[in-house]
Amino acid sequence: MARITMREAISQALMEEMDRDPAVFILGEEVGVWGGTYAVTKGFYDKYGAERVKDTPIAENAILGAAIGAAMVGQRPIAELMTINFAFSAMDYIVNQAAKLRYMFGGQFMLPLVIRAVGGGGRQLGATHSQTPDAIFAHFPGLKVVSPGTPADAKGLLKSAIRSNDPILFIEHATMYQVRGEVPDGEFLIPIGKSTIQRPGKDLTIVTYCKGLELSMKAAEELAKEGIEAEIVDLRTLRPLDMEPVLESFKKTNRAIVVEEGWKSYGVGSEIVSRIYEEAFDYVDAPILRVAQKEVPLPYNRTLEQAALPQVPDIVAAAKEVLK
Amino acid sequence: MDKENLLQMYYEMVLIRRLEERGAELYQQGKIGGFMHLYIGQEAVSTGLIAAREPRDRVITAYRDHGVALNCGISANEVMAELLGKATGMSKGKGGSMHMADTSKNMWGGHAIVGGHLPIAAGFALGDQYAGNDNITICMFGDGATNIGYFHEALNLSKTWNLRVLWVCENNQYGMGTAVDRASAVSEIRQKAEGYGMMNSRVDGMDVVKVHEAASEALKYIRTEGKPFLLEIMTYRFRGHSMGDPERYRQQEEVKKWQENDPIGIFRNYLAAQKIAAGNDLDGIDAQVEIEVQKAVEFAEASPEPALADLYTDIYADADIR
Ligand SMILES: Cc1ncc(C[n+]2csc(CCOP(=O)(O)OP(=O)(O)O)c2C)c(N)n1
Ligand SMILES: [Mg+2]
Repeated sequence: MARITMREAISQALMEEMDRDPAVFILGEEVGVWGGTYAVTKGFYDKYGAERVKDTPIAENAILGAAIGAAMVGQRPIAELMTINFAFSAMDYIVNQAAKLRYMFGGQFMLPLVIRAVGGGGRQLGATHSQTPDAIFAHFPGLKVVSPGTPADAKGLLKSAIRSNDPILFIEHATMYQVRGEVPDGEFLIPIGKSTIQRPGKDLTIVTYCKGLELSMKAAEELAKEGIEAEIVDLRTLRPLDMEPVLESFKKTNRAIVVEEGWKSYGVGSEIVSRIYEEAFDYVDAPILRVAQKEVPLPYNRTLEQAALPQVPDIVAAAKEVLK
Repeated sequence: MDKENLLQMYYEMVLIRRLEERGAELYQQGKIGGFMHLYIGQEAVSTGLIAAREPRDRVITAYRDHGVALNCGISANEVMAELLGKATGMSKGKGGSMHMADTSKNMWGGHAIVGGHLPIAAGFALGDQYAGNDNITICMFGDGATNIGYFHEALNLSKTWNLRVLWVCENNQYGMGTAVDRASAVSEIRQKAEGYGMMNSRVDGMDVVKVHEAASEALKYIRTEGKPFLLEIMTYRFRGHSMGDPERYRQQEEVKKWQENDPIGIFRNYLAAQKIAAGNDLDGIDAQVEIEVQKAVEFAEASPEPALADLYTDIYADADIR
């Protein structure tokens, strides 16, 4: 066990899996000589060489298409999208190809592909470079979508993702690489598709993931000062969605909010709230609220951007509202 | 080109250089955020190019856009204000460094999705063709952008439909840390135009006079023939890709070698050799720029932040809907 950053945890997972399985290789923009734009693959090029750490042209379609092809013939590529915003330039490969090829051909082959992508706002990168579009990707059957909120989960989930035989979109948050946490050394796997309780509590349930987890943990501390004990359920995987811990918690607290960084309309929260109403209607004591991004493209100006993103006080206020 | 125009180009190049140097300082002080890509070293490219356009010709470029903005006649005040995210910036503080546009000056933006603006440029030319005018769209992009599908789709369309586009590849020899030969199947980008049967040429981008000549010729061809043209301009960025680039991918000697080829220095020598302006005259322009940039910084710092309500403006053209 060591206290390391999210960046180190992801790096560790990649390295351990590359050491374990020669079929694993990385391709993407600036992953090699540069060392990764977020320095996640720093040192990889020297250690594994250009064969296994492939710098690509700026060509998202070719990156994902080639990764899909290589996966179909038995390799285990990890394709890196410099940011998730560039996934839109290669949407066809994610939606029409990766998510469907196996099914359409009656399961004749596997598609063991990990697409790593950095998402999230808060860095003043402007409207096209700041998005948290996770919900869109979770919409498509055939794709798995994972987005960790702690360094330990990042390591354990990424290792599992690389070993999985299915296409997985692995979403990291650009402002969380410095987040520190205890991470087990060496072999450590967290199953894909399992939600978990990150903080026990009895008064209300906060359902969240990724950046929302960081914010919700802070909000829970604020609430605790006023004697309110929030239970935090971290989804970790958006598809397949594991509602068990959410429902179990909700049946105990009868009140919930959902916290996500993406836009509210048609978002992760919309899905969670519907599921709770569908599966635990009798336990509902108050309307379930969603805390999410304002319905605007993110602006460059720092004050405006921060005003558009969900913040700790928004979570505290929503929690108090459902407890009224 | 007459003396006045030559000195105007000199002034613009120095303005870009000085404004960006101040911008870099303000970035270090945390007054500018996000990604900021400096144009330093490449000033001759947009200066020579845009000096050759008619005001009715449209310009569109990538995120490395401060120079292009200034060349198109956007004021230093507005550029600096946008960098600081102020309401007085041309994009009202919503766009930042990568998204400078003033459509009244036919500057259609800074665009941050690599290659994404190329098909849009073809669309400008389509709109103008449809309207029956002979306006030209000047579309600038990097060497790295020629490896993405957008580039190829846009070139093909422009040739097939006889669209008046001047495709300008600013070959600064790297896309982030990737040298051209590590990412492109051909090292001369202009060769890519050959595949689409498109007229093309290649010019030294450290010499503003040569850039201006090459651009003028290309524009004349496009205007009269009603066909697109690809101009590859060889250049080099003296600074990192953006602020905070560790620059592990290139040798300091290489950077030094290019810095000795400073486009501003080359142009000064040219102006002196042609007896157009003496060192003193040019120093006078430098001093004038210094004041203009200082005023721009003061203007930007004193400018108001956008109002919180502005979060919700400009989303839709129909009465703003949440
Ligand atoms: C579709 C897309 N992919 C990746 C990026 C990230 N990115 C921004 S600039 C850049 C390099 C572009 O190089 P080039 O076209 O040569 O322009 P230069 O920066 O050299 O002016 C990359 C990879 C992006 N913005 N958009
Ligand atoms: Mg380049």
